[in-house]
Amino acid sequence: MPFGYVSPEQVMKDKADYVQRRITQIRSGVVLSCEAGILFVAPNAYRALRKFSELYDRIAFAAVGRYPEFETLRKAGVRYADMTGYQYDRRDVTARGLADWYAQVLGSLFTESPKPYEVEIVVAEVGKTVDEDELYRIIFDGSVAEEHGFVVMGGQADRVAAVIKEQYSASMGLPAAMHLAIASLAGQGSAGAEPLTSGELEVALLERDRPHRAFRRIIGTRLDALLAEARANGGETASPADAG
Amino acid sequence: MGGFEPQGRWQAGAFLAAGSSSFADFLTMAAPDLLPRAQHADGQAAPGGGGATAGLAHGTTIVSAVFDGGVVMAGDRRATAGNLIAQRDLEKVFRSDEYSCVGIAGAAGIGVDLVRLFAVELEHYEKLEGRSLSLEGKANRLAGLVKANLGAAMQGLVAVPLLAGYDEETASGRIFSFDVVGGKYEEQRFAGIGSGSVFARGSLKKLYRDGMTAQDVVLVLMQALYDAADDDSATGGPDMSRRIYPVVATVTQDGYRRLTEDEAGRYAETVITERMRLPDGPAAPLGITAS
Repeated sequence: MPFGYVSPEQVMKDKADYVQRRITQIRSGVVLSCEAGILFVAPNAYRALRKFSELYDRIAFAAVGRYPEFETLRKAGVRYADMTGYQYDRRDVTARGLADWYAQVLGSLFTESPKPYEVEIVVAEVGKTVDEDELYRIIFDGSVAEEHGFVVMGGQADRVAAVIKEQYSASMGLPAAMHLAIASLAGQGSAGAEPLTSGELEVALLERDRPHRAFRRIIGTRLDALLAEARANGGETASPADAG
Repeated sequence: MGGFEPQGRWQAGAFLAAGSSSFADFLTMAAPDLLPRAQHADGQAAPGGGGATAGLAHGTTIVSAVFDGGVVMAGDRRATAGNLIAQRDLEKVFRSDEYSCVGIAGAAGIGVDLVRLFAVELEHYEKLEGRSLSLEGKANRLAGLVKANLGAAMQGLVAVPLLAGYDEETASGRIFSFDVVGGKYEEQRFAGIGSGSVFARGSLKKLYRDGMTAQDVVLVLMQALYDAADDDSATGGPDMSRRIYPVVATVTQDGYRRLTEDEAGRYAETVITERMRLPDGPAAPLGITAS
């Protein structure tokens, strides 16, 4: 084990390299802004270990990476949100405030702890219209980025994002958005993989028109119905040239 | 750990530390100054001791009754400070979560704080754990919050709640009352708290029947509140000219629903119209015929 002086640049670079190597192995998840609200889709074989969760009324948390680490961050975010809403008012809890706070927390953790958190987080807030939706991505070193329309988290992010960018539109309906999300995620992992079934997916939605608490998980029969609609929707948009 | 960094921002450590799913416990550790006034760890004395209550709004009637598939709660709108009416339209019945509601009697400021903390407590648990508390669990949690207020209660700043909720396991409405030391008591059929509850309960005893519909139960509670207001100056009756009616809420498997102003107004109208004819309200039959 090397003793003596290690330059700060080296320390930071080592930490960043470590996390980036490991993040490429993490399966992607997507967050998409559509007409119905903000849709969250990721492969997840577990029923109880969730990647997407409610933070506050119209704000949700999405993460990929090491579960114990992002679970800790999720719970801390819920505590921070509830504390802020209690001390001030519910309207004073914003995704922007939470994203800033997460940036601060992850930044300190990256600098001060020997092993940085291997996580990538998105904080999303559904607005009254699609234009008012807010998406923030925070990565392991505390860097924040404000995103528009959609965010892809995790390993194969570039490849997945390329698929989405081609067909994404802010006015998409929910089935179309779902279809696009699944299509983009099918590409990662083994080539020619089967589209994910409802048992392998975690899906959630920040419903635009839902009063008070907008976050809803889409599970069971509701997920099956949405997948069926998405498949049907995909069939319609796939070959316009044939309709003549 | 806990509290503010030198720069004044909350320390991240307090939020990250693994702990319970209780918001009240978290506040106690990280920001005890945000707790309802009386629950400070150092047990600060209320200003002026018992004499302070003269200046605080208190006194009320809250009533609740079950029906098949749910429960109704109703509360009056008056806040008094001594002989003065401090507020005419105070709301004392609150939605604590989708399947429960709380009414408060006593020092209004403390009661409202208590309910606010309770509502956040329930939501906090649900978000952290991924499931709601059982109704029994909610009642126990509320009892704990009431118990934590004991210090102030002993100095006159009493606040006691009445909890009514829909229990998904038993598919029925249930009512719980509490005492100042945090004792929890399940009530059968109907219950009332507050300075006017003595009169309200007498009225409920005569008017309530098992197997009533939700609408009938609302009417019974309205009658009970009217009777309470008739005999207790700290309880307000329906204010027809200002259109200020009791807050009435039902909780069923479809969730919490508060009656609109129009709906409550119609029930109040029914009660008042009949009272013009029979000032003491509907007469209960004697039961045994005198021979």
